Amino acid sequence: MPGVVWGPDVGSGLLALAVVLPVAGALLILPLGRHAERVPHLLFMAGLVLATAIAYHVWIGGVLTAAIGGWPAPLGIVLRADGLSAVMLLTTALVLVPVGIFAAGEFQPRTADGRESRAGLLFWPLMMGVWAGLNGTFLSNDLFNIYVALELLTLAAVPLVTLEGKAGTLAAALRYLLFALLGSLLYMLGAALLYGTHGTLDLTLLADRVRDDASALIAAALMTAGLLAKTAMFPLHLWLPPAHGGAPAAASAILSALVVKASFYLVVRLWFDLFPSLLDDTGATVLGLFGAAAILSGSVLALRQARLKLLVAYSTLAQLGYLFLMFPLAGGGTEAQPWTAGAWSGGIFHAVSHAFAKASLFLGAGILVQGIGHDRIADLRGAARSLPMVIAAFGLSGLSLMGLPPSGGFIAKWLLLTTAMASGRWGWAVVMFAGGLLAATYVFRVLNRAMATPEQPLRLVQPVHQSRQLAVLFLALVSVLLGLVPAIPFELLQIGGGLSTVEGFR
Amino acid sequence: MTAFPLLDPALCFVILTTAVLAVAIRTVFAAVVSFIVFGLLMAIAWVRLGAVDVALTEAAIGAGLTGVLLLSTVARIAKHRADRGDDVPILEGPEPDPAPTDPLPGLATQSLAIVLSAAVAAALVAAVALLPVPAPGLVAEVGSRLSETGVESPVTAVLLAYRGYDTLLEIVVLLFALLGVWSLTADARWGGQPGLRHLARPDGVMAYLGRLLPPIGLLVGVYLFWIGGYRPGGAFQAGTVLAAVWLLAVMAGLVPIPKVSGIRLRLALVIGPAVFLAIGLAGYPLHGAFLGYPPAIAKVLIILIEAGLTISIATILGLLVAGAPEERPS
Repeated sequence: MPGVVWGPDVGSGLLALAVVLPVAGALLILPLGRHAERVPHLLFMAGLVLATAIAYHVWIGGVLTAAIGGWPAPLGIVLRADGLSAVMLLTTALVLVPVGIFAAGEFQPRTADGRESRAGLLFWPLMMGVWAGLNGTFLSNDLFNIYVALELLTLAAVPLVTLEGKAGTLAAALRYLLFALLGSLLYMLGAALLYGTHGTLDLTLLADRVRDDASALIAAALMTAGLLAKTAMFPLHLWLPPAHGGAPAAASAILSALVVKASFYLVVRLWFDLFPSLLDDTGATVLGLFGAAAILSGSVLALRQARLKLLVAYSTLAQLGYLFLMFPLAGGGTEAQPWTAGAWSGGIFHAVSHAFAKASLFLGAGILVQGIGHDRIADLRGAARSLPMVIAAFGLSGLSLMGLPPSGGFIAKWLLLTTAMASGRWGWAVVMFAGGLLAATYVFRVLNRAMATPEQPLRLVQPVHQSRQLAVLFLALVSVLLGLVPAIPFELLQIGGGLSTVEGFR
Repeated sequence: MTAFPLLDPALCFVILTTAVLAVAIRTVFAAVVSFIVFGLLMAIAWVRLGAVDVALTEAAIGAGLTGVLLLSTVARIAKHRADRGDDVPILEGPEPDPAPTDPLPGLATQSLAIVLSAAVAAALVAAVALLPVPAPGLVAEVGSRLSETGVESPVTAVLLAYRGYDTLLEIVVLLFALLGVWSLTADARWGGQPGLRHLARPDGVMAYLGRLLPPIGLLVGVYLFWIGGYRPGGAFQAGTVLAAVWLLAVMAGLVPIPKVSGIRLRLALVIGPAVFLAIGLAGYPLHGAFLGYPPAIAKVLIILIEAGLTISIATILGLLVAGAPEERPS
């Protein structure tokens, strides 16, 4: 039996470890307390190695599956990694390493007088919980297990918002919790209906049994509504800006870059893998219209913000909107046209490149708060001279938001645009152009201020450690790099994907 | 079943009544009490449906623990209103964005809410009506491989063998719920004892009950843990009973709640999931998969996991009720 793990099927054996590692981290950090300083960073590095190894095995061997405990579906829970899962795992790991380095300066488990500090200790297990929830979601092939992973994600993510201990963030966290729990409840209702109808929770088995009927449609609608609330998609988006804008910068980066993508990932799995035949024009158009409304309203609101962190948070609303344009443009698995694959890949690629760009932007805003004592956009004059690396990173990440080359955001939006034009659906293209222009306006509004020469030189209120600035720049560079070498992630994405994913980048 | 032909319809009627009351009553205390009664009635309903495990959990967690949490919230709101101006644990410094008091939703919002709720309810009714009869399920599969798990209770087999991975993550979720409560501690109080200090007269009723009930509760808790392998019971129910016993002794002023920074407390929190995880990893060399149990020793492994889980669940639930630290560490 041991040969099953250590033999040729080593890739499958790795899947559970992607969840075990962060859970073990949380269990280790709690008792270690103020002695746990190094543990999270070692685990983040180990996580990156593990995610790379899983992606490598998917790359060379195709889809990986592992029945936990040796109990096959439908009795047990099966983990499954295809190209999409591997890309999401890698993205998560690559974002977590620099965010961990950034956060090390802010969250020390040990205070100056040697005691254990509240935020300094709790931040790290909460990050581990978020990480376990993300990996659990990306790898699970079981409807109920996904629910548990989402609960883990929610209950670890919400307290991150309150860590600074201000009354305003407490209200934001409570609203976030209520939306997220409503989302869980709706998802759970849908999952229960599917189990009651088909007697299995395994996604692969379900995909064969689900028919194009009313009960499947009701289940799909409930689950989608729940996941939209968790993704902060229009019209269930109001909780996001105060929560993401009020959290500590490192937490905001994780929440905006990764946490909202987990529920988006599940919407993609549901509609493209589980219910491809249900995604008719009406349903896809409704999702697309939500996306379009998010792009326009989010961008306009971002423009009107006085504080940088809130601007970045509203920009998340807008950028999440693009993700949902892939539903009308790709049109489900049934009508696989030559152009549909472009829309699917474009949507996923946008989720990935936005993750890096947005993490960089939030960390950058955090550095500005630390360095110059505030994040009021109107008073940013001279910031480019005092913190050049941070403002450069802001510009580079801004490319992805605007969809300008060379950036991952450009490739993603280009794919979505060409799909819209190839299929003659100009309406969606107009929305994307408008969103790009609005994004350019709010990005340049910040850059203009930051590059302006102040009347008297800006003095830093607190020195900013080089490693924190490098972390910000690294994330921005990855978001640009994705635009320069898009072919590798594209080939990986298509492994094990449905009809709508093949024929991608050409 | 035939002895009380009206029992089930009556039960349904009272459950619906208490549910409506819990939502509609304006006084918070009365609403909470209705909710607790609702939970207890639901537990009876689960017994009527033959799901004794669910009934035990519903009574312990749904009515008992949730009820205690809600009641202590009501008490805190009352206390906060009484001495407003006094600091609430989380408040430090001025509020950055003072939230305006929400006005009552307008007629349009209310109508929209009614229409949406009615639509969801109608969809749910339709979906339930569409469910196939008899319901497809996994009962046969669960039974056919029971011997490989070493336990006799099918529910325990599902929770700790077939779907042990879910249970592992769920206990971690519970732990994070506690961390969420702890995250609301004021920085200066971090490391102190959770909750408010309990004082009881040494010759009072609380102190008397605090001495009388814990030995019985302890016995019931350990029994529930042990019986889980054969019949309804197990770590969650046992942990709840033990947590209740502990809280009773605390409320009677007999034992202090340990500080949140104490190493033994921290170890008690993580021992359950840690043992679970370690046995899960041992599954790789022993049975070729994460959480794989070799049939020969499956029962021992499951009892070990349940023992660890009972300790952690009791500790976590007790601390959830106690709340965030409210006194500075001495």
